[in-house]
Amino acid sequence: MAAEVESITEAQRAIDVVHLTKIYHTTKKEIKAIDDVSLHVDPHEFVSIVGPSGCGKSTLLKILAGLDELTEGEAKIFGEGITGPGEDRGMVFQAYTLFPWLSVRKNIEFGPRLKKMPVKQKREISDYFLKMVNLENFANAYPKELSGGMKQRVAIARALANNPKVLLMDEPFGALDAQTRSDMQQLLLQIWKREKTTIVFITHDIEEAIFLSQRIYIMHSHPGRLADELNADLGLFDGSELVKPAEFLKLKDYIVSLLKK
Amino acid sequence: MKSPGQLSKIFKIREDIPSKWYWAGAIVTFVLILLIWDLVCRLSLIQSIFLPSPEFVFTTFIQLISTGSYWNDIGISIYRVFMGFLLAAVIGVPLGILAGTFKLSDSIIIPLSEFIRYMPAPAFIPLVMVWAGIGETAKILIIFIGSFFQLVIMVADDTRAVNKDLIYAAYTLGAKRWNTLIKVIVPALMPRLFITLRLIMGWAWTYLVVAELVAADSGLGYSIMKAQRFMNTNIIFVGILVIGLLGLIIDRLFVLLGRVLFPWSGGDR
Ligand SMILES: Nc1ncnc2c1ncn2[C@@H]1O[C@H](COP(=O)(O)OP(=O)(O)OP(=O)(O)O)[C@@H](O)[C@H]1O
Ligand SMILES: [Mg+2]
Repeated sequence: MAAEVESITEAQRAIDVVHLTKIYHTTKKEIKAIDDVSLHVDPHEFVSIVGPSGCGKSTLLKILAGLDELTEGEAKIFGEGITGPGEDRGMVFQAYTLFPWLSVRKNIEFGPRLKKMPVKQKREISDYFLKMVNLENFANAYPKELSGGMKQRVAIARALANNPKVLLMDEPFGALDAQTRSDMQQLLLQIWKREKTTIVFITHDIEEAIFLSQRIYIMHSHPGRLADELNADLGLFDGSELVKPAEFLKLKDYIVSLLKK
Repeated sequence: MKSPGQLSKIFKIREDIPSKWYWAGAIVTFVLILLIWDLVCRLSLIQSIFLPSPEFVFTTFIQLISTGSYWNDIGISIYRVFMGFLLAAVIGVPLGILAGTFKLSDSIIIPLSEFIRYMPAPAFIPLVMVWAGIGETAKILIIFIGSFFQLVIMVADDTRAVNKDLIYAAYTLGAKRWNTLIKVIVPALMPRLFITLRLIMGWAWTYLVVAELVAADSGLGYSIMKAQRFMNTNIIFVGILVIGLLGLIIDRLFVLLGRVLFPWSGGDR
């Protein structure tokens, strides 16, 4: 009976990673990038993965996106094993990956265009997302004319325009200055609340993870292992205002101490 | 005296200088070479049969281009270059893209091209003459042999240089392999491809002259060859200068066209 209940919830999970191990084979040696990691993300959940550089965060996300293969274990999206990349999993990358030959609008319409959507519908979608990321005035600009923050906003819009079930984000704000970064965080939260997308967010900024997510996975490096799983949905913020500084600090200190180990 | 501040402003590593300065530099160089050339002739340091004076070369130039037959030579040379170049590009670009995209096509195309690339095209001339005589096909074939293999290798390199993250981004947006190739790799490649074509065009000119020097009865290379028989160094000079000038014009056209076609290019990627 208990097993049955569990299997139902498992099937409903947006992401289910079970005993995942990833080994890279280079000419010289084997690198264990991820060692026996299990984690899950529920539908509509905002989950962050925090860890030091080189702990396998990007690797894990690439496996979820289907851009890389796992060595051992399982990785499932809505109960189905991941066999390759697909439009159900949108991704925003650490580096800027807009298509430089396409205007902002055309970048956003890339996914819909692949689906051969009629022009009018494509236009509606791009209008909607241009507005969402406040870039209506830059619809016809080329990526090279945009600032870093604007580029990442387009990248988010482009991923969302494809209506993915899961949005995978790999340190999307890592290259931005503090102010832009905090603006982007608020925008992302707004979008998440409105679109109800499932988000997996990678960062090594602890405060960013606490501010944004409902749950946080902490990883250790060499090899990449799971250190802990934390609930961060504690009502610490009211909008962008920190209302429970004591709890916030406690959580942050705890994560810092975990990462130091 | 310039203050060191101003000097250090002009000699900043890879920074722009006012275009006025840039053009001044270019023009001064040209004028200086012309002056030295003129001086050498005036002082008769070198016999005029070996080094005709700039004036003489210039009047020869005017004379020649007021004859229809010189324009014929120019026309036929341009025709050959473009045919050889187009042939190499039409076959070479798709092969290069394939080789830069799929490892298997790489293994079939690249090692062979690398091998043939080191066989100098002029060495093929006797063979080509046996095969194709000295007709147009022969000249076009020599230009083709000289530029094709180089082109394939360079296009493959250009293709490999396309940022892999762009390909990943396309995948996560639902693109399959064919769409990724056509809608991402090919457009991303374009500016670099254009630069490669521009370089190859320069090579095509070189091989044109090589071909016309040995196996032709028309064209700019042939006119140089013919002038040598009668020691008309002035005509040789004009021939070389005209070839250089045409090459320069075509090169600039490539640059201009590139700017028009790829306004999105540049900046960081
Ligand atoms: N293609 C690859 N081949 C070999 N080793 C790799 C490859 N990709 C990643 N690695 C190794 O796997 C480990 C994890 O890399 P990964 O990029 O996932 O780290 P990360 O947590 O994203 O780090 P960062 O915060 O710096 O982005 C590193 O030790 C890295 O050297
Ligand atoms: Mg990373």
